[in-house]
Amino acid sequence: MKSRITKKFQSLRKDRQKAFIPYIMAGDPGIRRTRELAHILEDCGADIIELGVPFSDPLADGPTIQAAAQRALSGGTTLHTVMELVASLRAVTQIPIILMTYYNPIFKYGDERFIADASAAGVDGMIVPDLPPDEAEGIMELAKKRPFDTIFLLAPTSTEERISKVAHASRGFIYYVSITGITGSKLTLDPSIETHINHIRSVSDTPIAVGFGISTPEDAAMVSRFADGVIVGSAIVKRTSDPDKDLKKYLLALRAGIQ
Amino acid sequence: MPALLELEQAYAASKKDKEFQAELGLLQKTYIGRPTPLYLAKRLTAQLGGAKIYLKREDLAHTGAHKINNAIGQALLAKKMGKERLIAETGAGQHGVATATGAALVGLACEIYMGSDDVARQSLNVFRMRLLGAKVHEVTLGSRTLKDAINEGLRDWTTNVRTTHYVMGTVFGPHPFPVMVRDFQSVIGREARKQILSAEGKLPDYLIACVGGGSNAIGLFYEFLANPESPAPNPVRMIGVEAGGRGISLGEHAARFAGGSVGVLQGTKSYLLQDDDGNVLGTHSVSAGLDYAAVGPEHAFLRDTGRVQYAYATDDEALAAFEQLSRTEGIIPALESSHALAEAVKLAPKLSNDEIIIVNLSGRGDKDVQHVARIKGVQL
Repeated sequence: MKSRITKKFQSLRKDRQKAFIPYIMAGDPGIRRTRELAHILEDCGADIIELGVPFSDPLADGPTIQAAAQRALSGGTTLHTVMELVASLRAVTQIPIILMTYYNPIFKYGDERFIADASAAGVDGMIVPDLPPDEAEGIMELAKKRPFDTIFLLAPTSTEERISKVAHASRGFIYYVSITGITGSKLTLDPSIETHINHIRSVSDTPIAVGFGISTPEDAAMVSRFADGVIVGSAIVKRTSDPDKDLKKYLLALRAGIQ
Repeated sequence: MPALLELEQAYAASKKDKEFQAELGLLQKTYIGRPTPLYLAKRLTAQLGGAKIYLKREDLAHTGAHKINNAIGQALLAKKMGKERLIAETGAGQHGVATATGAALVGLACEIYMGSDDVARQSLNVFRMRLLGAKVHEVTLGSRTLKDAINEGLRDWTTNVRTTHYVMGTVFGPHPFPVMVRDFQSVIGREARKQILSAEGKLPDYLIACVGGGSNAIGLFYEFLANPESPAPNPVRMIGVEAGGRGISLGEHAARFAGGSVGVLQGTKSYLLQDDDGNVLGTHSVSAGLDYAAVGPEHAFLRDTGRVQYAYATDDEALAAFEQLSRTEGIIPALESSHALAEAVKLAPKLSNDEIIIVNLSGRGDKDVQHVARIKGVQL
């Protein structure tokens, strides 16, 4: 069963296009605003939406997303309410939606129940930075039975052995972390990133999306030269309370940069 | 992950490296001041009127707590690995001081993360770290205590992983930290075992230690766990003492075994104080070193197998034990260690005169003097 994510990358590849993958924190500052934002993102050319599920201790995130998670938690957002939101969005849009969270909320919810409920709600995949494939065998088996992608992360420090392991475990796409660091950091691309990504391509056909630290249309343009998709998180989260007109202008500029 | 694999390999190599082990052994003896004494607390024993109480005097180790055992080991390892910089989290400040000391000793840069609540209650240790040349970052996020200091430390490590070694201060975090920290701390139990056999000609009946992350407790317990001399049905019994804070209600304590459930935090699966959605709850303890929402995974294992019992002492019980030891023995204990003492105060009178308790006096209380004065309403 092909997921919406895989179908999206296949159609983009056919058209020689790259994916624009914006991230927003669900429930920041309220679930209603998240629903509005999902539509704005799609209208501005998003190909896939990455939806953050707030967690109290987001280790891979910088101050912007930490603060967004705190606001969302204060408003009572949980894994359950985020899945409900996705289910309600599915009445109006078929855009691929990925949940990004940490393992403890999933563990507490139950691996099996999570995969079943998330998939039934219309979620297409998950990114869980504190769950490396080494620890994810059970959840990968459960996910394989559905059109539900397990997306794992590679970093500039990944060794050849890691690259092979992560590339083979990833479905939908491989998340390449552009920098050694946390979300929202300044983008300083390692000169070897292109070599690194080409190496990943030599072991896997799975699309590669690059994220962390991408904040300007110029960053997005630069990264999209060698990636199949560009993920922008903190820079969008910072602007989600701006007037819609300004937010849309920014999103359209990012979209235009991704070629 | 690559950094953890690199560390695992380097640590495994260091265990077989005779030169490394000799250097560590020499530093334990000439720099840390090991072996630390095992002291028979005669007046406290008489006052409680039951089992004989011995104190394992980790408070007499260099920098005033057991934390130095691990920090020196990891500092040597980091140097060997070619790292330029050490970072660490600290709660009570003892691990921060120990890491800053280790960095100065081997000549590495050092930065310490500490929650802003802990900076306020352990200001003496903050100044000590700065004197030792470390930069101290105040963490104002989340619960502003140890958990958030670890989060920030791990974020720093992710960012500067090529040049930096993260000196985890307790038996927590992703593998190999819980194993490595345990190994560096297990010198406590190896010494205590020899010392008690030489003093009493037999093994103790009870070991008691406080448990925050759990490094001093594992350090004391580990050597006694196999325990071939006194197999079941009379094994050495062990009690880990958690922080009961103001009592076991939400957000008022740090007794993970009394109020927690299994979860995954900071790369570790263990008992965790969390809500129904898997978010980590706030904690409280009078002692910064025990004020932590999770506990080392090996303690979770020892609890589930029933090999070690876990109890808790409240803030008030710990403060009473703090004063009792000061007046009875002339030893001001750390507030963390006072939790272990509070359990001994409860247990000893129930035991006979020929039974023996060893309490790990994991640190000295100089760092807590200002905080205790504040609690007692005394102006210094």
